[in-house]
Amino acid sequence: MDIFSDLLFDYTLRTVALGSAALGVVSGAVGAFAVLRRQALLGDAMSHAALPGVALAFLITGSRTPLVLMIGAALAGWVAALAVIGIVRASRVKADAAMALILSVFFGAGLVVLTFIQRQPAAGKAGLDRYLFGQAAALLEVDVITMAAVGAVAVLVLLVLWKEFKLLSFNPDFAASLGYPVRRLDVLLTSLLVIAIVVGLKTVGVVLMSAMVVAPGAAARQWTDRLGVMVLLSAVLGAAAGVAGSVISTTAHTATGPTIVLVATGLVVLSLLFAPRRGVAWARIRAWRRRRLLALEAVLGDLAALSAQHSREPDHAHHIAALYAIRGRAVVDRALGELAAQGLARRTSGDAWTLTEMGRERASRAARLRATQAGAP
Amino acid sequence: MSATATQTARAAAAEADGPLAVEATDVTLAYHQRPALWDVDLEVPRGVLMAIVGPNGAGKTTLLRTILGLLRPAAGRVRILGRPYRAQRHLVAYVPQRSSVDWDFPTTVRDVVAMGTYGRLGWIRRPGARERRRSLAALRQVGMESYADRQISQLSGGQQQRVFLARALVQDAEVYLMDEPFQGVDATTERAIVSLLRTLRAEGKTVVAVHHDLQTVAEYFDWVTLLNVRRIAAGPVAEVFIEENLRVTYGGRVSGIAGGHANGTSPKSTP
Repeated sequence: MDIFSDLLFDYTLRTVALGSAALGVVSGAVGAFAVLRRQALLGDAMSHAALPGVALAFLITGSRTPLVLMIGAALAGWVAALAVIGIVRASRVKADAAMALILSVFFGAGLVVLTFIQRQPAAGKAGLDRYLFGQAAALLEVDVITMAAVGAVAVLVLLVLWKEFKLLSFNPDFAASLGYPVRRLDVLLTSLLVIAIVVGLKTVGVVLMSAMVVAPGAAARQWTDRLGVMVLLSAVLGAAAGVAGSVISTTAHTATGPTIVLVATGLVVLSLLFAPRRGVAWARIRAWRRRRLLALEAVLGDLAALSAQHSREPDHAHHIAALYAIRGRAVVDRALGELAAQGLARRTSGDAWTLTEMGRERASRAARLRATQAGAP
Repeated sequence: MSATATQTARAAAAEADGPLAVEATDVTLAYHQRPALWDVDLEVPRGVLMAIVGPNGAGKTTLLRTILGLLRPAAGRVRILGRPYRAQRHLVAYVPQRSSVDWDFPTTVRDVVAMGTYGRLGWIRRPGARERRRSLAALRQVGMESYADRQISQLSGGQQQRVFLARALVQDAEVYLMDEPFQGVDATTERAIVSLLRTLRAEGKTVVAVHHDLQTVAEYFDWVTLLNVRRIAAGPVAEVFIEENLRVTYGGRVSGIAGGHANGTSPKSTP
C-alpha cells in the first residue's frame, strides 16, 4: 500500500505519525493509572480547562511556540484540578458536581478568550481554534520534539516512582501509614496526568483529549491482571490508536481528535467483547452453549418419558406437537435437529419422532446420573 | 538510619515498665461540627490484645485512623511506645478495613503482601529476594502460600483478609492496628486470625483491633475499650466488659451478652 511508503517518506505523514505515537504512549501509560484511580472525570475537566491556558499563553506572550502553549495549558489544567480538590474539601459539594462546574467555567472562559483573539487583527493568531478538536496535519517537527521530550519526562517519573504510585493507587491509607507523603504523591501523579493531556492537545483537542487518557487503559485492563502488563499494553494501544487515527484523518481530511477517539473506542469495544475471561462475548457464548446442552438433554428426556408410556413398543413414535406442548417450538425444533444429527433420535414419518437405541441408552444413563446426584448428600 | 532508629526504639521499648504501646490523650475530632471523638483517652499496655468496641458511628475507626496519623485530631495527642507516630511508624503495622480497597486492582497476592516491606525499603528501591522470601513466609503463616500468584480479585472475603494480615506480618512490627479483622470472614479465616493473635501475644506484640461482635470479645481479646464518641470504659475484659458499661455504650439496647460473661453463664464467652 502507498500509505506505508508515505509513512516512511512523506514528511507530513511521518511527522503526524511520530507525534501521535508519542502522545499515545504517554496518555496510554499515565492514563492507565488514571483509570485505576477513577480519575477519568478529572481528566475530562482538566483537558477542557486547558483551553483558557492555551489562549491566555498566546495572548500574553504572543508566541505560538509549542512549549509556551503547553505550559499555559498545563498551568490551567493544574489550577482546575486544585480548584476541584479545594471545592470538595472546603464545601459539601461532591466531586462530580465540582468537576462539572470547573469544566464548564474554564471551558467557557477559554472560548471567550479564543473568540477575543479571533477578532484581533494581529498576525499569527490563526490556528488556536485547532485546539478545540485537534489537527494532526498541523503538527510540525518542533511540536513532535516537544511532545516527545515532555512526554518522556512524564513516563520516566512514572517508572522511577512505580512502586510508590502502585501503592498510592491501590491503598493510599496504607501508604500514608508507612510514612509516604500521600498528598504530594497524589499531586505528582495528577500532574503527570496533566502532562499527558497537554502533550496531546494540539493533535486531539481539548474536547476529546480525556478519551485518549481513558480508552487505552480501559481496553488494556480487559486483557491482563498485572499492572506492569496493563500499563505497557495501554501505551501500545494508545500509540496504535493515535497513529491509525491521525493517519486516517490526514489522508481522509476528517477532524483528527474525533477520528483518533473513534479508533480508540473501537479498541475498547473489541476488548470488552473479546478479551478472554473478562470479555462479554465469551461469557455469552459460554452461557448459550450451556443453555443449548440443557435444552438437548431436556428434549431427550421428554422423548424417553413419552416412550416409557409404551413399554411394549419402545419404538412408538410421537407427534412433535406433544413435545411442543412441554417445551416451546424453537427449542424443540433445534434440539430435535441436533439429536437427529448425533443419531440419538429419528423422524419416523412426517412429524413423528422416536429415540434410537443409542438415544434410549443415553437418556437412561442421564436419568440414572440425575438420580444419584439427587440422592447424594 | 532508620534501622538504628528502630533498634534504639526497640531497646527503649524493651525496658520493663516501659512506655505504653499506644497512648492517646484527650483526643477530640469532629466532622462538620459533629464530634466523632470527644476527649478520648486510650491506654494500651504492651503485650495485650485489645478490642475497641462500640455501636456504629461510635468513632472506632476514626480513633484507629487518628492513632495512625491518618486523621489529625482537633485536640489531644497520640504516642506509640512513648514517642509520636512519625518517629515510630516502623514499629506499627496496619490492617485496614477489607472493603477500603478495590480488589479488582490488577495485582497478585504476592505483590500485595510485599507492600508490607515498602516502609523499610523507602523510596524507589524495589522488593528483592529477601522481601519476596519474607512475603512468602507471611503467607504461609496465614495458610495462603498456595495463593501467592493468584490475582486478588479471585479471592474470597476471608482470603482477602488473610492477605491483609500477611502484609501486616511482613511489616514485622511491635504494635498491630487492625480495623474489623473479623468482619464477614469464614470459619477457617476466623480460626487463622485467632491463632495469629495468640502467636503475636506470645511474642510480646501488642494488638489493637476494632471489633463489632460482642459475643466473641471475651474469647479473642484480653483487654477492651468501650467507645461511643467518648470513652465509656477501658481495661481487662473481665473487669470492664460488664452489662452496666455496655448499656451505657449502646444506649440500653444490649442485654445478656456481657452480663452473661460476668456471671459466667454466657455459652460462648466463657473460656
